[in-house]
Parts: sequence; structure tokens; C-alpha cells
Amino acid sequence: MNIVGKGISKVDGIAIATGKPVYTDDLVMSNALVVKILRSPYAFARIKSIDISKAEKLEGVECILTYKDVPNIRFTSAGQSYPEPSPYDRLILDEIVRYVGDEVAVIAAVDEKTALKAMKLIKAEYEIFEPVLNFEEAEGHKTIVHPEEDLHCNFDIGMKKDKNIVSSQKVEIGDVEEELKKCHVVVEETCYTQAQAHAMMETYRAFSYLDHTGRLVVVSSTQIPFHVRRKLSRALQLPSGKIRVIKPRIGGGFGGKQTAVAEIFPAIVTLKTGMPAKIVYERKETFYCSNSRHAMRLKVRLGADREGYIRAIDIQGLSDTGAYGEHASTVFAVAGSKTLPLYNKTKAVRFMGNVVYTNKMPAGALRGYGATQGTFALESAVNKLAEELKMDPAEIRLKNLIKEGETCLTFDGNLLGSSSLHSCIEKGKALIGWNEKYPRREAGSNKVRAVGMAVTMQGSGIAGIDTASAEVRLNDDGNFTLLIGATDMGTGCDTILAQMAAEVLEVSMESIIVNAADTDVSPYDPGSYASSTTYVTGMAVVNAAEELKKQIMRNGARLLEVSPEEVEYDGKNVRTIEGDKAISLEKLAELLVLGAGKLQLVGNATYASPVSPPPFVAGFAEVEVDKETGKVELLDYVAVVDCGTVINPNLARIQVEGGIVQGIGMAMFEDVRYDERGNLQTNSFMQYKIPCRKDIGNITVAFEESFEPTGPFGAKSIGEVVINTPSPAIAHAVYNAVGVRITSLPVTPEKVFMGMRKAGV
Amino acid sequence: MQIEFAVNDKKVTVEAGIDELLADTLRDYGMLSIRKGCDTSCCGLCTVWLDGKPILSCSVLSFRANGKSITTIEGVQREAEEFAKILAAEGADQCGFCSPGFIMTVLAMKNELKNPSDEEIRHYLTGNLCRCTGYMGHLRAVKKYLGVV
Amino acid sequence: MFTILDLVQPDTIEEAYRVLTGGNGTILGGCAFLRLGSQKIGAAIDLSKLNLNYIKEQDDYIEIGAMATFRDIETSPILNLYFNGVLPKSVGNIIGVQFRSIVTAGATVYSKYGFSDLITALLSLDTEVELHNGGRMPLDVFLNKSNEKDILTGIFIKKNKRMAVYQNLRNSASDYAILNVAVSNINDQWLIVVGARPQRAEIAQKASEALSKGVNIENIEHVSNMAAEELSFGTNLRGSAEYRKAMCRVLVKRAITEVLQCR
Repeated sequence: MNIVGKGISKVDGIAIATGKPVYTDDLVMSNALVVKILRSPYAFARIKSIDISKAEKLEGVECILTYKDVPNIRFTSAGQSYPEPSPYDRLILDEIVRYVGDEVAVIAAVDEKTALKAMKLIKAEYEIFEPVLNFEEAEGHKTIVHPEEDLHCNFDIGMKKDKNIVSSQKVEIGDVEEELKKCHVVVEETCYTQAQAHAMMETYRAFSYLDHTGRLVVVSSTQIPFHVRRKLSRALQLPSGKIRVIKPRIGGGFGGKQTAVAEIFPAIVTLKTGMPAKIVYERKETFYCSNSRHAMRLKVRLGADREGYIRAIDIQGLSDTGAYGEHASTVFAVAGSKTLPLYNKTKAVRFMGNVVYTNKMPAGALRGYGATQGTFALESAVNKLAEELKMDPAEIRLKNLIKEGETCLTFDGNLLGSSSLHSCIEKGKALIGWNEKYPRREAGSNKVRAVGMAVTMQGSGIAGIDTASAEVRLNDDGNFTLLIGATDMGTGCDTILAQMAAEVLEVSMESIIVNAADTDVSPYDPGSYASSTTYVTGMAVVNAAEELKKQIMRNGARLLEVSPEEVEYDGKNVRTIEGDKAISLEKLAELLVLGAGKLQLVGNATYASPVSPPPFVAGFAEVEVDKETGKVELLDYVAVVDCGTVINPNLARIQVEGGIVQGIGMAMFEDVRYDERGNLQTNSFMQYKIPCRKDIGNITVAFEESFEPTGPFGAKSIGEVVINTPSPAIAHAVYNAVGVRITSLPVTPEKVFMGMRKAGV
Repeated sequence: MQIEFAVNDKKVTVEAGIDELLADTLRDYGMLSIRKGCDTSCCGLCTVWLDGKPILSCSVLSFRANGKSITTIEGVQREAEEFAKILAAEGADQCGFCSPGFIMTVLAMKNELKNPSDEEIRHYLTGNLCRCTGYMGHLRAVKKYLGVV
Repeated sequence: MFTILDLVQPDTIEEAYRVLTGGNGTILGGCAFLRLGSQKIGAAIDLSKLNLNYIKEQDDYIEIGAMATFRDIETSPILNLYFNGVLPKSVGNIIGVQFRSIVTAGATVYSKYGFSDLITALLSLDTEVELHNGGRMPLDVFLNKSNEKDILTGIFIKKNKRMAVYQNLRNSASDYAILNVAVSNINDQWLIVVGARPQRAEIAQKASEALSKGVNIENIEHVSNMAAEELSFGTNLRGSAEYRKAMCRVLVKRAITEVLQCR
């Protein structure tokens, strides 16, 4: 391959790195109204009265909206394929506010200062209800977060909203209790994961205006333009064809922008005033009024026989979806579906539990999407089991993990199409020095070093649901335009999809113009989430390019007056196999588009996969623990990745490093705290600590390429799987160092110290 | 009030509120590379040079720039592109939102430190947060750029 | 959002003081934290014209002007030379170089921040502060007296052979300290200071005196315990009182040991 497999620089790299104005807030027209939101100070309340009269009179204020001024149609803000598995539990503005930060009024003024001044003049009175904040108390709590009758579910997700249950799920194959009874060893572990924040560098923002035909145009920092269009259509009661959503360059998403957070507010202001409007969320708002990872409690029971085969896995879960249920049922399902298949010597498996509403900021999609939480719990339990069985943690995994060509209880007879996970483990062991370092070595002056490990899987797109289309057009000058709806948020998918097209069409990257993420122009794409872009959109791009190549050859043959079987194509010319006649690509394009050919060539394709081939990661952590303080220093992290064929080694490597560091943040630094009234205390970078440069030791990344037959050039995915291993691997290393098992994230020095103190160490 | 200062070697006079922050003044003036990534002076996205030294423009009152010289990435495009090419070759440009502030700090570091070690590089750059890259690609790019590999 | 109605840039300290005490006057420091709050400032007093951004070595004192930044302290050849470089070490890891180039010594000390690393280190030296109206006084006296409107113009550290060590415990390197400690010694006279408790730095007087009576292995352990018992600790997002107390023992012990090693 000439282009796929090469570490090509991103097509937008230089521009974005040198500060060119290509992001949402750089593109907004200067006369756009500035939109600000008045937010609820209470976790659960009803707006008794709201007086905007003084605020409205302030000079420069164009429009103030309350719940009385918006359509009364409930919708979901979820970035999910239609029909969404998400409850329609939101209104644009609701009389009932369900978390501290929930929207109360929308203010649009000529500038920010005026809008904020007007906000202070709004008098709102609330009837305060007792909130339900603890997700372990939510089920059956006397406070019902969603009492409304018009909440709608597209299909049954197991909702019992009077009990605050959004979704109730159970997957059971075989008899788990019976199998556990037969096991020689059974371990149990209950783990808690926190509501991690995305902390993407560009906060939520969007602007809107009416174009020259009176259509609503929304430019947004989003991962899901098509889903945003659908939400706006329903919420605003505006036909979808009257709405256009465009995604420019955006500053990261990590799943946060897989929920349509902010677009609705400038959009409704534009509709009401006819004027352009913009909203830019502050960092604080991004922390406390958008969405986060689902906090979960997962109780894992594992049973193994005398030979060390894991025969039963039982995972009982409780997930906190906060005030609204956008991704409630799907994230929870993934906690089971991307963990149970790993260990396929099982005779029985079960995943069950509930997702509950609480009066906190809604949870949403965050890289890993449930698999992260599930992996922490399962891998912690496997590490515990290894110790019980007196087996090396790598050995127990090599013995029990699913291999390529095998099936597992939850695969329904389907076979695993590709895996090099066993090689990943062997390579990772070598890279970290597992045999020399496991479990621990004293390191002098009250320090001890130890290693830990974990493995993980994810998916590549959502099987049977994620559907993407792509179009490749041969332009009059012999160049190509690649039209895609996928959403590059810095990941580089604009680049790698162009690499794929260029590879198929046998041309250089410079010949491909990428046009992406504009609902008026782009073929349909769910957006970049669920690790679907390389695999699903990629296949669509490959198929579209293949089709176009066939058309090029067919039409080239026609112009050469030979039959299609008599020609070959090499990216530059269509020539007869004999070699006596040829036509250049440029000439071909010119003649077809402008001349007698009368046929602009377009290749298009739509792809959805019936399978979601899992990528795998084997992660290894080396820590040094200060026995007197409990402080954990992460010396080294090794990640060996099976993402199928690596399309772009540089971009893939950065995905791994970036994901590992986000995983390290979740494992060690990112703590989420609420006070007793439901205020998020960790609502700034000052309080919520994402890793800084000095928090990271060495990170070593290696790839063990498998070949996925259903993926473009053999590729699977890499976007999410990379965040899952650090939490269990680091917790494992800490346990090996000082014998303290931390089951509630993050692992902090105090937890380690107190654990040691309790154990009398 | 009126503020007179040099922006990228060009003498500029602007009207700004007494309580206006330099980041806003510069953005209003047209320097769109400047972003506010946080509200607690923690992230470094807004880094510019004040008389050649890197500072957080979100935390400096605009009037304090009166009579001084400000450099943004728009004013050092040649050097920025030189480094950006190496950054992009590592794939470490990613979303790019932290890049201008990060690059301004890298260029300042190049001026201030001679042959910095990995430790010294990390220390100098630590005030620039990044959520996409995991920092390793940044370090590789900086070392290549400084010719210390 | 904070607001400022008026700006005054006085040429003399007397004028600054007059505006400060005249009405709604507020001295501006580095302003790094100004945007965190919603202060309504009537007259903002900017001291830029008073040229207080110096670090000077005098015969008996090292003088740090109120507008000297943390970055100035970090890179000062004078401060790196004296007292085992404790002052540069105490500020050198805070957030980032850009942040340290804005934060001023005067504003930090005047604000008496609990989380401050600089105050802890300064308290372990023979430090005085000078207030325009209140005059010169030892730092601990200033920290303990009630706040009256005044202008802190300079920090004076006696130039002597005091050896000092700064220790701290942080989770993320860019975070506030869970606890910080500074220990110094001169002629067998010791000072043990603990800060970010989360309350502001304080000298552990009894422990300091006990240590000054004589140092040996058992004594270090005993004195560290004394410091932990003598001072009070609180619970906040970063840690519990119980943990801080335990860490006080560890960090004080380590700091004393380190001071002994650099003699």
C-alpha cells in the first residue's frame, strides 16, 4: 500500500496549529446576539414565578425566553440513530428544573456584558423540592425526578420512571448461580467509577442565522450534525429540510459533543428575532451544565475451576444518568457487552442492573462509553482471581481470553473475526519487563515499585445500526472531492478517509479535496462516535472509491473505443492493456464533464456492518509508591494495541497516547465531588485536575496488527478502546506494591495511605 | 480608556474598558488565535508574549499592556509554522485548540533555555494543558525542533 | 464578572494610600485571580509606576518588592544563592511559567492565602514585611494581625546563613498542595512551618523549640509528632484532616532530615 499505512500529516494540521481562525467562534458574524443562560441554583425545583420585565427593558436586550415561550414538545438531545433508545425527557425550557445548572431562561443581547446584566435583573422564585443525589438511593426514592406524563420512549428500555429507573437490563446465558456453585474459587469485587469530565479544550459553542432562503443555519462545535438537525427539527417544530447544520474545525469532543448541548438556544433566539445568535459555554458551564461519564457501581463475581478456567461471570450494575437519560440505556449495555466476551471459557454469564435518574448533571457519552467502567470492574476482579488461584495475572488471561476464530456465549454463534490480543500481552510483558518486575521490588527510602496489568476490548461502530454514506466525485480538473458526514474533532478522520480514497483511486493525497460535516452537502453519517468512523465510514469511502474507479475505467474504455475488459488504470491514465491507446485522468475528466462525455462521475456507497469487530488493548503500568505518604508515581505505561490494520501510524499512536493519559486522569487525578445540595464543586481546571505534563512518566505504544476481513484494508477502530486499561492496571500495580486494593476511583494518595493504615502496614 | 501598545510590531491604539482583559482586547482587535480555555488561569491556551515573556492574556488587565509590546502567534508565523510542521509530522496537532498557546510557550522556551533536558522541557511547558495528545507527541516534536534528539 | 469603575496609577505611594483609604479603593496585584470573582471595584489602584518589581540584595537584607512576580523569584540569582534556594523551590512548580509571570509576591502575602507555598517558605526565614502605614513587622505578626487597609510594599529577608528546605505533597503536579512544610536551621535554632493545612502557614513553636534543644534520630521523630499535635488541620476537597495530620509528621521529618544533609 502506498498511502494507507503511512504516517501522513493531517490535512488541516498547519492551519489549526498556527492559530488560523477556523473554529466556531472565529466564524460568527460580528452582529450576532450573544446568548446567555440563567440556570437553576437548586437541584430540584419548580419555577413558581419568573419576572423578566426589568431585564427585557434593559437597552441592548433583544429577547428573553422562559418555559412559557417554548414549544411543549419533549425530545432527546442524544446523538443516537433514529429511533433513539433515549427517553424524550427534555423540553427546551421546563417549568421543573432537575439539577443545579438546568436552564431557566435564555437571554439574548447585543453583547455579553448586557446579557449578564439582564440576567441579574430576572426575578425567579422556586418551589424547592428535596433532590435525590445519591444514585444508590435513587431507586424507589420518594423524590421522582421525572414525574411528567408526556415523557416518551421510542421502545422499551425497561423504564420505570416512578422508581427513577430509566432502564432495566438483563443479559443472561446459562445459569450463573449454578456454575458459580461448581467453581473451585469464587471472587467478588464491587467497584465504583466516577463521573469523569471530558475537559475538551474547546467548550460547547454554536451560532445560528437565517440564510438567504430563510432557512435556519446552525454552525456548531459538534460531533453529530445530522442528529442535531433532527433534534432541532423536533424541538423547534420546524421541518428538518429547513435546517442546516455545519461543523467547522472543532477543539475536541471525546463524546461530550455526541449530545446536542447548546445549539438549541441560539437557534430558538434566531427563530424568534430573525437575527444571528451565538452561545459560548464558559469552562464552568462545560463542567456543570453539559454531560459527563456515567458514574457506576459494578459488582463482579467470577468463578474459576481448579485448572484456572473462568467458568462464570456475573456483573450486577447500577448506573447514574443524572437528570436526563440521553445515553442511559446504551452506555449501561456496553458495560456488559464489551466485557463479557473477553473470557470465553465461561459456561454462564450474566450482566444486569438499572440505570437511575438523579438530580445531577446528566451523564452522556464519554470515550469508552460503559466499557471503561466495565473494564475497571472486570479486570480488577480478574486480577483478584489470579491472586486467589496463585496464577500470574498474564497467565490467567492468556489461558482464558477469546482467540481469533472462536466464539463466546454472548456472540450468538458468531466468530471473532480478528484478534492479536495474546500477542499484545506477550509483547507488553516484554516491553514493561513484567517477568523481572512482577509483582514488586523495594526501591529504597520507603519506596516500592510494582507492576499491574489489564486488557480490554471495545467495538467498531454499532452493529446493524451505524450507517454511513460517502461520495467521491471526479471533478472537471481531474481532482476528486470526497464528501463525508464524519466529524473530525482533531482525530484526523478527514485525513485518513482521504488516505483510503487516495489508495483506492491510486492518486496522491493532494488530489483529494475533503468536504465534511455539512448536512446540506454531506452524505448521511451518524457522526464520529462509537469508534465508527474508520471502520464504518471508512468502508463506505472504500466502496464509493471502488465504484468510481470502475466508472473511470468503464468510461475511459468507452472514450478509447474498447471494451472495459481491455483497459487498466494506474491513477494517472486509463490505457489499453496492449499499451497502444491511453487517456489521462485529467483529459478523461475534462471530456466527461465539459465535453462530449456528458457524465460527471460520482461514486457513492452506503455501509453498515452486521458486526462490530472489537479492537483490543493490553495495558501495563509500573508505579512507585511512597509508603509513607501513599503518593503514587506512574513511572511507565505500556499499551499494545490491536486495531487491525493501522491506517496512519502517527495518528494512531497519538490516539493511544491521548487515550492512555485520559485513562490515567480517570485512574489517579480526576475526582468528581458534589456538595450536599447538589452543587458540583469540581467545576474548574483549578479543582478538577486533568493530567498535566509532569504527571505522566513514560508511555510506550506498540501495535500488533491483526487483519479484520470486514474492515477497510483490514482495519477495526482505535478511538475509544485506548482509555480503558489505565484504571485497572494502575489499581493493580498499587495493590501489588502495598497490598491496598482500591476499588473506587480515582486512586489518590490518601486512599492508598488510609488503606495501608487500616491494614496495619 | 485608550490603550496604546504594539501588537506584533505594529503600533495599535484601541478602546478598552478598564476591567477588560487582554485576551478579549486582542481577540476583538482580530487576533483570533487567542482562546480562553478555562476561567481559572490554569490552561495556558491564551498564552501570548508581553515584552517577549510568555503570560496568560486572560489574567492580565488590558491597560497593563499600555506602552508595552505584545506578540501573538499571528506575529511569529514563520517560526510557528516551522515548529507546526514538526508537530504535525508527529500527528500531535490533533484538535489544535491548545496549539497556538502551546507553540508560543515552546518558542519562548527556545529563546530562554539552552539545551534543555526532558525534565526542563516538561517543566517549562507544564502550564499548557492538552487533552488530546497525551503530551508524548509534543515532547517528541519539541526535541526534534530543538535539535536535541 | 468583576467590574472596575475607575483606574488610578499614582506616582507616589502616599497618593496610592490616600486613594485606598479614601473610599472604594482596591490595590491591584497580579490580577491572576481577579476574574475568578465578582468584585465591584470603585477605584483600582495600579502600582506599576512605583517600580516595586525588584529583588535587591542589600547589606543586611534581601528585599523583594511587592510587584516582583513568582517567576522573578524562581529565576533570581540572589534567591537561588541564599537559604538553600528555598524560595525559588517553593514557587517553581506552581501551575506554569506564564502564571508565575503574573502572580506577585506582595499580593500573595497580603492576601494571606491558606494554600500559599511562598508564605510557608518565607515564614521559615527571618522575614519582615513593610506596610506603608503599618511599618515594618515580622511576617508572622502581620499574618496574625487583623486586616486593615494598607499597602504592602516589600518583603525583607535577613541575609544570614539560614538553611531551609521546602517539602510538599500534591496529587497532580499542577494542583494546590495537600500540605506544605518548610523547615530551617541557623546555629542550631530551628523553625518548623506547616501550611496548606488547608489553613494558612503557621510556625509550630513548641516543636521548633524542642528541636532546637538538640537533634537526634528519636528526637526528629518526636518533634515531627509534636508539630502534628500542635497544629490544627482541616478537611477539604483535597484531603481530610486526619490525612493532613499524618502527612505533617512525614513531611516535617523529611524536611528536618534534608536540612541536616545540607549543612
